[in-house]
Amino acid sequence: MIEFRDVHKAFGEKHVLTGLSLTVSDGETLVIIGYSGTGKSVALKHIVGLLHPDAGDVIVDGRAVSLLDRAGLTALRREIGYVFQFAALFDSMTVAQNVALGLRRRGLSDEEIEDRVREALALVDLSGTEEGLPAELSGGMRKRVGIARAIALRPRYMLYDEPTTGLDPVTAAVMDRLMVRTREHLGVTGVVVTHDMRSAYTVGDRLAMLYEGRIRQVGTVAEIQETDDPVVRQFIEGRPE
Amino acid sequence: MIEAIGRRAVAAVEAVGRVGHFLQDMARAVPDAATWARPAVVQMRRVGVDSLPVALFIAAFTGVVLALQASYTFTGAVPLYFVGTLVGKTMMLELGPVLAGLALAGRVGASMAAELGTMKVTEQVDALETLAYDPHAYLVVPRVLAATAMFPIIVAFAIATGIITGWLTSLALLDLSTTEFVKGLKIFYRFKDVWYGLFKSATFGCTIALVGCIVGLRTRGGAEGVGRGTMRAVVYSAILILVLDAFWAVVLL
Repeated sequence: MIEFRDVHKAFGEKHVLTGLSLTVSDGETLVIIGYSGTGKSVALKHIVGLLHPDAGDVIVDGRAVSLLDRAGLTALRREIGYVFQFAALFDSMTVAQNVALGLRRRGLSDEEIEDRVREALALVDLSGTEEGLPAELSGGMRKRVGIARAIALRPRYMLYDEPTTGLDPVTAAVMDRLMVRTREHLGVTGVVVTHDMRSAYTVGDRLAMLYEGRIRQVGTVAEIQETDDPVVRQFIEGRPE
Repeated sequence: MIEAIGRRAVAAVEAVGRVGHFLQDMARAVPDAATWARPAVVQMRRVGVDSLPVALFIAAFTGVVLALQASYTFTGAVPLYFVGTLVGKTMMLELGPVLAGLALAGRVGASMAAELGTMKVTEQVDALETLAYDPHAYLVVPRVLAATAMFPIIVAFAIATGIITGWLTSLALLDLSTTEFVKGLKIFYRFKDVWYGLFKSATFGCTIALVGCIVGLRTRGGAEGVGRGTMRAVVYSAILILVLDAFWAVVLL
């Protein structure tokens, strides 16, 4: 279980999170929606300790992330797969080397790594691209390699940062299907950050709207779709006024 | 004005603190040899083998110029075999390490700052962390070790090249035999000349890599930030090389 407890975070004068409290239950996929620049990605980075809160904390399975030492943080990160907005693949490595990098850290044998890489790439429908370089792939393929890199580690949690941003509708739908498939195959708990409502409705069990640094509303897809909150309504309907 | 001075003083203290913190993180990563050993070999090739042509090119022409300028200065006043002395001493003590260091500050330091800066702004450094790697062990330690180990080797070749071109110039353009050149080369030679130059170049290599890594990993703001960081890395490295050069002269000579 992941729990945000009154998390505050500021960058200089800009207060991004102003008391974020939210719980992600085991086995569910929670989608955090919200306007661009409201701190959705910042919230996600707190879960893996890439950012530390100014006040409050994120608790993952009873561990306060900001209090973990280096070894504790490494152990936590081994349980979490993180898919970055622009994939963050290593340019100088092939697709297979990218997917294998995290596995090498775990001391697996070469054969086991090879099997896991093949399996992960098959799950994201990218078999046969092992020797390609990231620069040779489309945006959608790069994001799928990013997912393969994360799921190869067989994590308990999957975090997706804007997985469909910048993709055409069909490729975005493919990404949605992959996220659902990943959850079904691996039974992972997921947190997805997005402002793509179609994607949010497809992959989310619950949706939480982040607004002005804190959660404005959280609920099931049906609850959010039927909300009376004018701010949430405006966002999910994409109305300018 | 007092406020501005105060702000700058605070910024300077913060910068020193950040460097101290960075060095502490790097020292903590050193025992993690399983992570840095393989990238270190790659970096040694990049820093060492790939930088050799630039360093040798500079050293070759420096040797020629030194021989000619020595001859121009000495003619009629000092025996010409001192051309060998000047070429040897200058290449070993000063121009070999410093010119190679300045050239490689541009090549190696800029390349490290740009590479790590790009990795930083494209979240590759964050990705490494989420894959349970320590970026200091995977990115910084290999580069600093490679530069510290390879710079003395590059400079040793550069010194040898400068002396050889100085000797060839003396033979071809000056009225000086090989015996006389070698006599001059040996006359004030001390083993310290060699280790001083090589030790100094190791500290230059370490400094250039550290500056490149620190600047690179603090890059913000996309392509423009990478460009600014790269420029800063070259300027800081060049300044630090000259300061270190003076420091070692005071301490070791």
